[in-house]
Formats: sequence, C-alpha cells, structure tokens
Amino acid sequence: MTTETILWLIPLPPLLAFFLIVLFTNRWRGLSHSLAIGAAFLSWLGSMAVFVRAVGTHELGRHPFTQSIPWLPTADTWLRIGVYLDPLGAAVLFFVAWTILMIFIYSVGYHNYGQPQGDHDVKGLPPHGATVKDAHGHAHKVPSVEPMYSRFFAFISLFAFGMYLLVVSDNLLTLFVGWEIMGLCSYLLIGFWYGKPSARDAAVKAFMTTRIGDVFMLLGIAFLYSATGSLSFATIFREDVLHTLASVPTPILGLSAAGLISLLLFIGTVGKSAQWPLHVWLPDAMEGPTPVSAMIHAATMVSAGVYAVIRMFPLLRLDAGTMSIVAFIGAFTALFAATIAVAQNDIKRVLAYSTISQLGYMIAAAGIGAYVAAAFHLITHAFFKALLFLGSGSVIHGMEHGVLHTGEHIDPQNMFNMGGLRKKMPITFWTFLIGGFALAGFPLVTAGFWSKDEILADAFGHGHLAVFLTLAVAAFLTAFYTMRQITLTFLGEPRTKAAEHAQETPWTMTLPLIVLAIFAVAYGWVGIPEHFPILGGVVPNWFHEFVGSTLSEMPEAAPFNWVPLLTSLLVSLGGLGLGWWVYRGVRTVEEDKFQIPVLKNKWYFDEAYTFLFVRPSYWFAEKVVYLALDKGLIDGVLHTIGRSAAVIGTALRTYIDKAIINETIGDGTAKVVKSSGAELRPIQSGRLQQYMVASLLAFLLITALLYYFLVLA
Amino acid sequence: MDFLNAHLLSLILFFPTLAALVMLFLPSKRVGLLRWYAFLVSLVPLALSILLWFQFDPSREGFQFEERYIWYAALHSSLHLGVDGLSLTMVLLTTLLTPLAILASFSITDRVKAYMILFLLLETGMLGVFLALDLLIFFVFWEVGLVPMYFLINQWGSANRDYASLKFMIYTMGGSLGLLLSIQLLGVLFQTYDLPELYKAWNALTEGTLLGMSVSTVKTIAFWAFVIAFAIKVPVWPFHTWLPDAHTEAPTAGSMILAGVLLKLGAYGFLRLVLPLYPLEARMYAGALALLATAAIVFGAFGSYAQNDFKRLVAYSSVNHMGFVVLGIAAAALAAGTADARIALNGAILQMFNHGLSAAGMFFLVGVIYERTHTRNLNELGGLFPLVPVYGGILIFTSMASLGLPGLNGFVSEFLVVRGAYPVLTSYTAISMLGLLFTGAYILKAIRQVLHGPLNEHWAHGEHRLTEMTPREIVVMAPLMALILLIGVWPSWILKVINEAVMRLF
Repeated sequence: MTTETILWLIPLPPLLAFFLIVLFTNRWRGLSHSLAIGAAFLSWLGSMAVFVRAVGTHELGRHPFTQSIPWLPTADTWLRIGVYLDPLGAAVLFFVAWTILMIFIYSVGYHNYGQPQGDHDVKGLPPHGATVKDAHGHAHKVPSVEPMYSRFFAFISLFAFGMYLLVVSDNLLTLFVGWEIMGLCSYLLIGFWYGKPSARDAAVKAFMTTRIGDVFMLLGIAFLYSATGSLSFATIFREDVLHTLASVPTPILGLSAAGLISLLLFIGTVGKSAQWPLHVWLPDAMEGPTPVSAMIHAATMVSAGVYAVIRMFPLLRLDAGTMSIVAFIGAFTALFAATIAVAQNDIKRVLAYSTISQLGYMIAAAGIGAYVAAAFHLITHAFFKALLFLGSGSVIHGMEHGVLHTGEHIDPQNMFNMGGLRKKMPITFWTFLIGGFALAGFPLVTAGFWSKDEILADAFGHGHLAVFLTLAVAAFLTAFYTMRQITLTFLGEPRTKAAEHAQETPWTMTLPLIVLAIFAVAYGWVGIPEHFPILGGVVPNWFHEFVGSTLSEMPEAAPFNWVPLLTSLLVSLGGLGLGWWVYRGVRTVEEDKFQIPVLKNKWYFDEAYTFLFVRPSYWFAEKVVYLALDKGLIDGVLHTIGRSAAVIGTALRTYIDKAIINETIGDGTAKVVKSSGAELRPIQSGRLQQYMVASLLAFLLITALLYYFLVLA
Repeated sequence: MDFLNAHLLSLILFFPTLAALVMLFLPSKRVGLLRWYAFLVSLVPLALSILLWFQFDPSREGFQFEERYIWYAALHSSLHLGVDGLSLTMVLLTTLLTPLAILASFSITDRVKAYMILFLLLETGMLGVFLALDLLIFFVFWEVGLVPMYFLINQWGSANRDYASLKFMIYTMGGSLGLLLSIQLLGVLFQTYDLPELYKAWNALTEGTLLGMSVSTVKTIAFWAFVIAFAIKVPVWPFHTWLPDAHTEAPTAGSMILAGVLLKLGAYGFLRLVLPLYPLEARMYAGALALLATAAIVFGAFGSYAQNDFKRLVAYSSVNHMGFVVLGIAAAALAAGTADARIALNGAILQMFNHGLSAAGMFFLVGVIYERTHTRNLNELGGLFPLVPVYGGILIFTSMASLGLPGLNGFVSEFLVVRGAYPVLTSYTAISMLGLLFTGAYILKAIRQVLHGPLNEHWAHGEHRLTEMTPREIVVMAPLMALILLIGVWPSWILKVINEAVMRLF
C-alpha cells in the first residue's frame, strides 16, 4: 500500500469500532473491548508503518506525503480535503499511536473487566463493589465491573478517531472536525458518570469553555479561507501566500492579517489546551474515569491545541504582536497553574494543574519561536503525563481496593489518605517515580529534562529573559509539587487502613505503565543538543534534524550556554529536594504549610467567572431577552395592536353600526314607516263616501297643479 | 413513463389532495386503516420526488419539468410549475418529512380521519409554493398551506392552542397583505404573473413613474412588502414571537412540519422572489437584513437558553438556526455575483435543508418524551438516560446536529454561511458567533436536564415508568439521522445540485 493510502485508513478502524459497539456489541463486554483494542492496534500498526517510511524518506519536509479529494463545491471551485504527513505530523502520530493503544489496554483493567457485577451498581454512577464468598464462606467486598463498560470503549474509540483525523489532516477544516469530535467525546467522557451532579456540571463546563475558543477558531478559519481561498496547509504555507497575509493590515490591535488569523486560531488553542484564562474546565474534567484523564490531558485533546499552534507556526511567526501574546499567555499559564498545583490534595487534580502548566511551557516555547523545542516537549510530556495519569489511576484503583476491603469511608483520591504505597504497589511506584522525575526535569536520564532544558536554553539564548525567568520559577514549583505528590503518596507510612490494604493492579494496567515509562526515559535521547557537555554529539540530535526540517528553513539550535543548564539543574534538583524535605514527615493535612486559601481556591477564578459570566448570561437570557424583549416589548406591541383592533371594532359597532346604521338608518326607517303607518291608518276607514271625497280632493289638487305648471308657467 | 415524466410535478403536487379526497370515503372508525392509508399514500410523492431528483439535470440552465395549464385566463395567470436545484431540494425535504410526520402521528387517537386529511392537504399547500412559477399561484398556495396548519394547532394542540393558532394565522396573514398588493401591482403592470417573464420585465423597468411615484420608490415599497411577508414566516427577529407559541402548542407532527418545512417557505420566498426581483433594493438594505439576522441568531440562542419548557427551547432554536439562513441571504444580497455570495447562498440553502432534518427530529423527540410523561417541564425530568438508553443516544445525536457539531450536517451549512458572510459582513458574522456559543449552552442545558444528573425516581417505577422508544418511533428517526450523518460526512451529493442552481441564479 502507498503511504497515502495508509494515511487515509489510519483514522477509520476506531470509527468503525465505535459504530459496531454502539449498534451491535454493547451487550458483550469482551467483544466490545476486543473491537476497540483491535481497532486501536490497527491504527497503531498503520501509524508505525508510515512513521518508519517517513523517517526513511529524504527531504520529507519539502515533499510531504499528501493526497486530497474534492469535498465541498464552493461556487466555481471545490474545497478539497485530504491527508498530509510531514516530519512534524509523523512525530506526533508516533506518540499519539503509542499512548492511545496503551490507554485502551489500561482501560480493561481500570474498569474491572472480569470482576463480578456490583451489588447496587447503576448506570451513570461509578461501580460500588460486589460481595463475593470465598472457599471458606467468608463474604468479601471486591471491585465490581463498570456497568457501562462497552459504552466507555465506544466513546474512547470515537475519541481516538478524532485525534487521528486531526493529525493526518492536510487542511484546517478536517483538523477542526477532529478537534470538535474530541470536544464532544470529552464532554461525553467527563460526564461518563452522569448520575453525579459534579460530573454533569464538569462536562458542560468543559464543552462550553472550549467552545468559546472554538467559535473564535471558526472565525479564524473563515478569515483565512476568504483571504487565501484555501485551507490546505500546502497552499497556506506557500511563500507568496504568507507574504500577502503578512502585508495586509487589519484594524484590530494593529495586527496584520496573518497576525489576526493566528490570534483567532490561537484562542481556539487557549480553550482546547486549557490556557489561562480558559483553563477552568480542565481540573473539573477530573470527574471522568482516569483513562479519560490520560486521554484528554496527555495524549490527545490538550495536545491537539498545542499541535495546532505548532502546525500554524509558519503563519504565527509572521506577526511579532501575536507572538508576544502567545509567549505571554504560555509563560503566565505555566507559572500560574504551578502555584495552584502546590496546594491541591487530590492526586489527579495536582496532575491536572501540572498539565495546564506544562502546556503553558509549550505555548511559551512556540511564542518565542522555539519551534522544535515546543514540539519536543509536546511529545515527551505526552508520554510522561499519560504515564502519571495512568499511574495515579492505578493508585486510586489500589486504594479503592483497600477501601472496599476495610469498609472505611474515605476519599481514595486524597493524597493525605495515602502514604507508604511503594511497598504495596511497587510497579506503580517505580513507574510513577520515573514519570514524576521526567515531569520535574530530573537531569540527564529523563526525557522531560531534555525537552524542558531546550525550551529554557532557547528562551535564554534568544534573549527572552522574562519568559526564561518565569519558566524557571515554574520549573522549580513543578519539581516541588511533584516530589510533594510522590512523598505523600508512596513514601512514609500508610495514613489509613485502606492504604495499608491497597493492592497492586492487574497486568493490563501495569503493562502500559511500563511501556510509557520506557518512553518517558528514552525519548529524551533522540533530542540531545549537539553541543551539550560530554553527551552532546554521542547520539545525533535526530529530533531537531527531523522535525526542524518541517519548516522551509531549518531553525537554528540555540547555542550552548551554562546559565540555562545550571538553572535547569538547580530548579529541578532543588525543587525535588525541597519537596521531599518539607513533606517527609507530614502526617495530616493540618501539618501542610502550603494549604494557602488563595491557591487552594485556584485564585478564585471559578467564583469570578460564575459571578461575571455564567449568572449574568442566564439573567440576560431569561430576564432581558425572553421576558423583557419577547414577552414584554414585542408581544406587548402585538397585543396592543390586537387590542386596538378589538377596540376599534367595538367602537365601530357601538357608535357607527349600532348607533347610526342600526338605530338611525335601519331601525329609524322602520320606525318612520311604522309610525306613519299608524298615523295613516285612520284614513283607511272603509267608508266609500270618505274615499270619494279624498279622490275628488286629489283630483282638484292635481288639476290645479297641472293648470298652474302647464298653462300659467 | 413518458406520461409520468411529462406530468411529474403535477403528480407530486396533487397526489396528496387526491388521496385526501379518497380518504373522505373511508370509514372513520377504522383508525388503523386510516393511519396506514395516509402513511402509504404520502410515500408516493416521496418516491416521485426521488425519481425527480435522479431525473433532474443540475447542469441545465433554467427550470426543468415545466408544466403549464390554463387557470385564470382573464387575469393572465396560469398554473405554471417547474423546478430548479433550489426548489428541488425543498420539494425533497417536504415529501420526506410528510410521511415521517404522519408516521409520528400514529399516536393520535382523536378524529384521525380529519387529522390525516388536513395533513395531506398541507403537503399540497407547501409543495405548491415550491413548485409554482406563477406569482398568483404562489400566493394561493402560500395561503392554502395556512388553513390546515391552523386547524391542526387549533384542534389537536395543547392547552394554549387557541391563542397560538390565532396568533399564527393572523400574523402570517397580516404579513401577506402587502405581498398580495405587490403581486397585484406586478400583475397589473405587466399583464402576466409568470415568474420567468416577470424577472426580465420588472428588472428592465428602472426609470419613469408608476402610480404617481418614481419607479425606485415603488420598487422599494414593494420590496419591503415582500420582505415583511417572508420575514414573518422565516421568522426574522423581531417578527418571531408567533413561532414559540405555535410550535409549543401544535401537536408533535405539526411542529415537525412547521419547523421542518413551513419556515423554509419564508426563506424560499427570499431566494425565489426577493433576490431576483429586487437585486438593487436587496443590496441597499442588506445591512438592515443582516442586523436582524444577527439579532435572530443571538437573541434566538439566548431566548432558547432561558426556557424551562423543553419544546419551547427547541422552538426558539429555530429562530437561532434560521438566522443563519437569513445572514447568508443578506451576505449574498450585498455581494451579489461574487464567490462569497455564492458560498453564502450554498450555506443558506443547505442550512434550510439541514434545519428541516434536525428541527423535525428534535420536535419529534420532545414529543416522544411528552407522550410518556405528559410534561415538557425540564425541571420535572432528569437522569432519564439509564431508563431509555436508545432514546438518550438518539437525542444526543440529533442535538449535536442541531448544535452544529462538525461531522454532522449543521456544521457544513453554518461553516459555509460564516465563510461567505465573513468578508462582506465581518462584524455581524463576528457577533453571530455569540449566538453559536449559546447554541451550545441551550443544547447542553436540554441534555443535562433530560438525560443527565440524578434520576428523578418518579419515572423509574410503577405506572409512570418510562418506556423505551418503540420501533415505529425509531423508524421515524432513522432516515433523519442517516441523512444528518450523510450530509455531514459527504455533503457534495446535495450541495452539487444547490451549487449549480446558485451559480445560475445569482
């Protein structure tokens, strides 16, 4: 098969799996997950095949694999859609395929496949556990299988379809289609346990917040399309087209057309990648099952936002104004989210804020023009963050086991209920440690170090000092809260009975952890800078060469400098060390000095948005638009017209019809006739003499008149 | 076959009426027979329109399958029928939705015979408007369609039906007064009501005086008379308040047809009459039209978001969605002849078809839940997903089409309208995005209140226990869903026909 054909086929298996599961196999759990995993495997296979071919292709950046077909007739032309694979696409496809496959396998174990049905489980709520009797007749509580098991696999399959579609698209329109399909799936999956009011609200919040970004993005797409007459990357990124876009001014913020289009598209990313000020949905999205968190927050949806920015980089970099906005939003978000993560106690929420913060890194990198570094961090982060989310899910799963076993009523996600889990769950511990260290940028051995270091080096090397300092502080906080998390969860002694009885999870869950842990370490080695002391040049900086060649001119790697390297080492090791030192003996939440209210309450953004936007819009909708405008003003006018018509009608009837026509003319005539009849009645006496006299008088009168008129006149 | 081809349009048009006449002689007591009879005969126009669709040649200039019969010679009006890509799409929509609406009406038990007869007459009325190429005939069918709908709302509607049916009738008729006068003006002036001839003659008339006024003044007045009539029907803000009342009170199938087809009559009027007859005036007042369209999009979405009545929420969504049709028309009026205008019109016409599918589907789904619970109050529902998973899935699917999710039909048309309108009406397009945002808000509100959240136990047990959709109900939804998906994934089969028509007309 040609590479193009494979590209067309890659997104399809998960879509097919979605339809098959929804329509036919939803009653059979095993069949459903086999379909889903089989489909994910096929897509993985296709992705690996094209990845290998892409790596082996000379000058892929200049001659990407691409093919398109006409899709939409637009006046004299057609809008074409198709597939496209350049080095950036290939690199992204690689991590997407791996993480998706791992997440699918993990989900089997996470949703307790093979366990009995729950005693009181209902659809729309998480499983509550089942009672089983062992050989000795003792009753045990064990985890029960998810009541909507098949549905879960259907949804994540559709999700995978959306992501694959987005990555292989050769144009912004199908990219947007994939983007929105993922939006729908994240809505459905965050609200997977829709019976919980919190999950239901989180789902709506996620959809609406990202939709704010999406409508701007749609506007940007419309603008770009009308300005260039095309949406395909190959056309938009042609030199002459870019040149035109860069030279057309717009009335907004003094930006060029290129600047405004990229800004509009970037707002879409702000929503999707949960950047400040649209970050609020992501932490609440933790209501969904954990594989969903990994899927949404690491492998796919949030990465899609960053991918879009990197994809549009040739356009983005044309306008310095937009670049500054992007760099600011990214750097600010990186620091801002890191401060919140320090004070969170829910194991998944820490990771959620850490994700926002790390995405900020990538956005900031794109904003300062560090194209390759942004892409590199996107990929390493996807691996280690997927690992961390799945690891936290494994921890929660182990804790839930303990909770069911002991019957304790505690929150299995609160890190202050954990402790000492390293002995109970060794695989989870070691892989989580690797993921955490990668996140913290532990020097040399972890992938996170290399990618983060590259961003810092780039910021420093190209003179973006403010960005450099902000990111450095954020990196310190990152290392600190990561170690806090690891210390509270795995080190020390168990704080609860449940933690004592926690249990390592089945192989379907630990295997993906191990695979992802390998990538969380090894992926860094493909991008070691050439001039790095000792290690530099031992292995070639393949990533830079490969992904960098996507752009028409190869971006310069930042020159080596000791300042960013030492900063990187200091913040990472310092943060990790301090985190361990502060939390090594903390037993209860009261002993934690970092439970600062403003951080704990996420700088009060939720409250502020509710007050500023959510409630006013409902008030506006109900009181102003519906009651005042429609019911009051418009219907008021209509009813007034209706009533005036009735009044006029009544008036016509009362004063004209009744009074004049009926009473005066109609009745009046009758009355005159009647009364005159009555008056005249006496003359009809029946006496002949009287009639004769009357006739004589009449005769005389007529004769006199005739004489007067005819003779005298 | 020759006979069929030569008389295809009149067969499609009058078959429902003939069938209704035959129905008069069927026994009123045999309810099952009446239902199946009505359903089966309504499939005939559908089959004929499908035949018409395939026989139609999109690349040919002008109208096809033309037929002309003497009707009112003294007035120079004839029964002139014909289709182009624009009307063909609408004919297909009408003949598709009518059998589905009749199938949806199988749960009606009260005076079934009268009900079904009215429905068939309604179909003729609507088809007549789309097929007429004679202004007077157009007007006749325009008014004929009102009568069955009035009785459907008035006799089979819910509590507030008298108010709603009267408002619907009076408002629409009030709007048509100016239309009638303007049509008379054209007829008297040119001694013909034939549309293709009027297109030429009326547009050739640019100077001189008419009725003591300059031609441009007369044209402006006549333009507004046309616009107001159609704006009420679409409805464009602020002429929309009849719609939530009429939709909410009408029986389920009535709402399906009302939203699915009757609203399109207004938009069709804009495309068939206003733009070709008044290109200059349309361009001059396009800004005003765009303003009202944007108001419809934004206020329609907010109005919908404010509702706690499920059906009213869906009704308001029509105002929101039809706003995009009018926005596209306004953009086309302003930029007539350019690619932007054609793209906007492609979007507007496709949006008419798409809204017909999704709105009919949504009203039907509201009806399904109402028939079982006898409430439309969103606060009394809740958490119904586990009880009715199939219904839940179908509701989410259809609402997503209505929301404009990419991959489903609504997105394609809205995207085209936005793309076409953006370069010519940039600010209005940008503001209308607020409406698009709140489309999401009201759709999610509905899903959240009906399906999600803690289960309202009232519907879980005993006599109130909610039952899943019946096969008949699924059959009503299946063609709609299939088309929604098909147009979303592969829009060019229908858009090609629309695009060819738009290229020739505008």
